[in-house]
Amino acid sequence: MYNASDLRKNLKIQIDGDPYVVVDFSFVKPGKGQSLYRCKLKNMINGSQFERTYRSVDTFEPANLKEKKMQYLYKEDTKYCFMEAETYEQVYLTEDQVGDAKGFLSDNLDVEILFFGEEPLGITLPNFVDLTVTVAEPWAKGDSVTGKSKPIVVETGYSLQAPPFVEEGEKIRIDTRTGEYLTRVKE
Amino acid sequence: MMETAWSLTRKRSTLQIRAGMIRAIRRFFTDRDYLEVETPSRIPGPAPECHIDAIPSDGWYLHTSPELCMKRLLAAGYPRIFQITKCFRGKERGSRHIPEFTLLEWYEGGVNYIRMMEVCEELIVSVAHDLGHEGDITYRERQIAMHRPWERISVSEAFKRYSCVSMEESLKRGRFDEIMVREIEPRIGTEGPVFLYDYPVALGALARVKKMDPRVAERFELYMGGLELANAFSELTDAVEQRARFEEELKSRRASGREVYPMPEKFLAALPTMPESSGVALGVDRLAMIFTNSASIDDVVAFTPEDL
Repeated sequence: MYNASDLRKNLKIQIDGDPYVVVDFSFVKPGKGQSLYRCKLKNMINGSQFERTYRSVDTFEPANLKEKKMQYLYKEDTKYCFMEAETYEQVYLTEDQVGDAKGFLSDNLDVEILFFGEEPLGITLPNFVDLTVTVAEPWAKGDSVTGKSKPIVVETGYSLQAPPFVEEGEKIRIDTRTGEYLTRVKE
Repeated sequence: MMETAWSLTRKRSTLQIRAGMIRAIRRFFTDRDYLEVETPSRIPGPAPECHIDAIPSDGWYLHTSPELCMKRLLAAGYPRIFQITKCFRGKERGSRHIPEFTLLEWYEGGVNYIRMMEVCEELIVSVAHDLGHEGDITYRERQIAMHRPWERISVSEAFKRYSCVSMEESLKRGRFDEIMVREIEPRIGTEGPVFLYDYPVALGALARVKKMDPRVAERFELYMGGLELANAFSELTDAVEQRARFEEELKSRRASGREVYPMPEKFLAALPTMPESSGVALGVDRLAMIFTNSASIDDVVAFTPEDL
């Protein structure tokens, strides 16, 4: 059982028997007033969305989902293919089901695929992924101490802000929960 | 060589502005003969308020604001005092909330909340000036017109203008907070800062009831750039009424299964000698969000709880 204070982006809960994912979340509390939890929820089966504001007394059932460890293989048209390493079983997720995770999927990445019964519905990423920088402006020395940043792009096409010393071809670690740069990775 | 922590390095200019802002606040009050005070962070119990949860600390609690101790100083003959201190509130975490946050609180004897609106204006204009802002401020693509006086609108009028139910009706239905957040807050102060004033009595446990209209308490909130920045009261000085109001709050806490705090007896004992006065609590982190153009409170503190 979850409490309202457990609500956060990507939490999966069950409403009227269907699994829902929190796609947008904000905690609000007007001065001297009560805590309110504003959620945008998406039905993981049919994709329909709605907004609701919950109070701290509200409770939620966890979505009845099974997780299976699988590897990301490739993208074909708009489908993303994943494979279970031992059984070679393959499943496909749509672009919509993969969602923001698509910016962090590199070949052979180990992920958890979520199943509702036999049906694959979504994906849980590892907290950190290492990706290669494909686009970065050259480093103007001296910028690193001032905390300036520059935009870069990684192999998946995902763009983010990084320290000025990050160069093309380097591997960097990204926190998939925030989408932010963490550090360079030496291989 | 180890790479420095980028999440900290990139905050440098924000932390510099924040430090300058706190210097400017201190200068403002010191120049006006307010005494800077420090009161304990660990106290036997917070002021009993229904929706504010204190964090336990070895049998006592971390203060949720310095209000009780500062009012005891006020009652003991310190009529102009200010404090910048860390406060703690349990279970408050979001893009504008962090359980450990910095509060500026100041009190002045002999004035009411209307005068305190002017002091808020003077303070923020003065801090903006010290930080090099002349004229308007831009916060997240929003132009904030700084010329005084700032807009003032009563809560009751705001409900009339922006919501389909009246203030009284929303209270009766138990929907005041939801309507405030969904209908009113997004629509007020679109041009510049705005004071929302005269809140229902039940929502200002330490505020004086307005003589001309006993349904409301003399309380205001300052909003700026869509952020709720400061809360103020004409302080309640009647110990008997204050005790009754605290008992109401404790009753609500008990009814909703929340921790029930001890009655602050020493504060109540001091209240009869407290002069007519007004006090303001201003969120320093949120003010820093405005002056650094930051979307989240996480951006204006070096470390969040999640970083530790």
